[in-house]
Amino acid sequence: MIPTIPQTNVLKWSYRAYVTLFFIYLALPLTVVCVFAFNDSVFPSLPWEGFTMAWFFGTEAPFIGVFNERSIMRAIGTSAFVAMWVAGLAVFVGTCNAFLFVRHDFRGKGFLYILMLLPLIIPGVILGISILVFASSVANTLEDATNMWFDGLRPGLLLVILGQFSFITTFATLVISARLQKFDPSLEEAALNLGASKWGAVRQVTLPFLFPAIMGAGVVAVLMSFENFNTTLMLVGSDSPLTITMFDKLKHGSTPVLNAVSLLLMIISAALGLLALLFQRSKE
Amino acid sequence: MTDKSKLGFYLLLMPLMLWLITLIVLPHIGLFMVSISEKIGVREYETGLGNYAVFFNEPLYWRTFARTAFMSIFTTILTLVLGFPVAYYIAKLTRGRTKTTLFLMCLIPFWVSELVRTFGWMILLRETGVLSNFLQYTGVIGGPVEFLYNDGAIMVGLVYTSILFMIVPLVTTLDSLDDSLIEAGYDLGGTGYSIMREIVIPHAMPGIVSGCIVVFMLSLGNYLTPILLGGKDSLWFTGLIYTQFITRFNWELGSAFGFLLLALSSTIVFLGLKLSRQSLTETMGR
Repeated sequence: MIPTIPQTNVLKWSYRAYVTLFFIYLALPLTVVCVFAFNDSVFPSLPWEGFTMAWFFGTEAPFIGVFNERSIMRAIGTSAFVAMWVAGLAVFVGTCNAFLFVRHDFRGKGFLYILMLLPLIIPGVILGISILVFASSVANTLEDATNMWFDGLRPGLLLVILGQFSFITTFATLVISARLQKFDPSLEEAALNLGASKWGAVRQVTLPFLFPAIMGAGVVAVLMSFENFNTTLMLVGSDSPLTITMFDKLKHGSTPVLNAVSLLLMIISAALGLLALLFQRSKE
Repeated sequence: MTDKSKLGFYLLLMPLMLWLITLIVLPHIGLFMVSISEKIGVREYETGLGNYAVFFNEPLYWRTFARTAFMSIFTTILTLVLGFPVAYYIAKLTRGRTKTTLFLMCLIPFWVSELVRTFGWMILLRETGVLSNFLQYTGVIGGPVEFLYNDGAIMVGLVYTSILFMIVPLVTTLDSLDDSLIEAGYDLGGTGYSIMREIVIPHAMPGIVSGCIVVFMLSLGNYLTPILLGGKDSLWFTGLIYTQFITRFNWELGSAFGFLLLALSSTIVFLGLKLSRQSLTETMGR
């Protein structure tokens, strides 16, 4: 079935109807989440009680808006803190990996490459518990040996950062490697001929060329970190990132304040997504 | 290699090794070691397969495991069947701007947190939700109906969460299929069905396999969707792992569960790659 082959109208229209239905299915949950953020009722469900902005700016109980709900604002702060660290680390290690895999040939390269891809096929929950178990046993050993406390290795933000970093780095590596492969090494050689040092050539010529990919990988890393749930769930301590806070609230019954947070998240994601697209554009 | 470039090489190798060894290799070895240790007293352990024996002797555990596996397989098939026509439509029946727009629309759920997507389904499906109200309004049902908290709701949620990981590779592979091959098939007297079976599907196989692998893995390792959309009896294996680790604090049994889940997902990935004669590097490293 392709445009050049004639089809009966019934077939053509039922196919179109199916695809339309599919996109409605795709849009439906997101639409209702957004719409009910403006419902003037304490439950995110029908009947529609009228339009309100109280779930964003409200100050009086039960209509406490997102911007006045301390627990949610704190969780957004925590998430942003985690995301910055994860993105920074993942992009740094990803860039090193890209140079290693694209520029160097060494024994065991194929094996290391497969090992590098593994985090993609390990379920997030397993990644979480394995890091939890390992960090705890290291902490136990160190505490027995030194009689000091190693709270950083107990569930908490450090472990959340490490857990998310452990698989987001793979994505960063893939994105940056793909860009580095397109780089023409003769440009770097020209810089060397003109008297640049090796590091100077990389810094002045190669890194600027990689910049769009590095920024793109960073944006994707921030998004993935913000959205991550499975790995974070297993490693979280007393400071919980946004997804965990929302999950706890959702389990104990939800108010439209969650819709309002969700809407804000969507806007932030969309903005970041556009940013990533723009960086992608500037590649060409 | 000069000494200086050797130094550079090791400097580049260091972050990679540090990352892979301390966060991937050692933790999984550690997880395995914990899973084969049995608690016999306070901080006293001995090596044995007792935790795995517990899993096989307790029907609740292995039934949940099997249930999770079967429902994930079913999700994968459903995603493929529902997603293929859409991917085909985008790849073959649209052009230019429409194509880009539709393709980007498929990606929208990815930019939204899984929690938000699941929350959306809760609003739609609950007893006081949008669907129940809509059906009452149109007169299909007499009173409020609870659509949430059953296996059907889990399936809807899982398919929703993972379908884009099926559509994206499918669109990519179908896009590379030259229309003239399909035309040639028709010229040679093929029917719509035989062309699908002998030209389109074989060509799309790499996309089908990588889509299926990713969707299966995501469903198997999912925690949010089954917990929030499923009912009291709709257990999911990741839920059991969470209970052992966080609620019961039985890390030995939890590790054994984790390892079983990891083994299952790795086996499926391996089989999928073998059956389609592809390598992990080609499928994932795009």
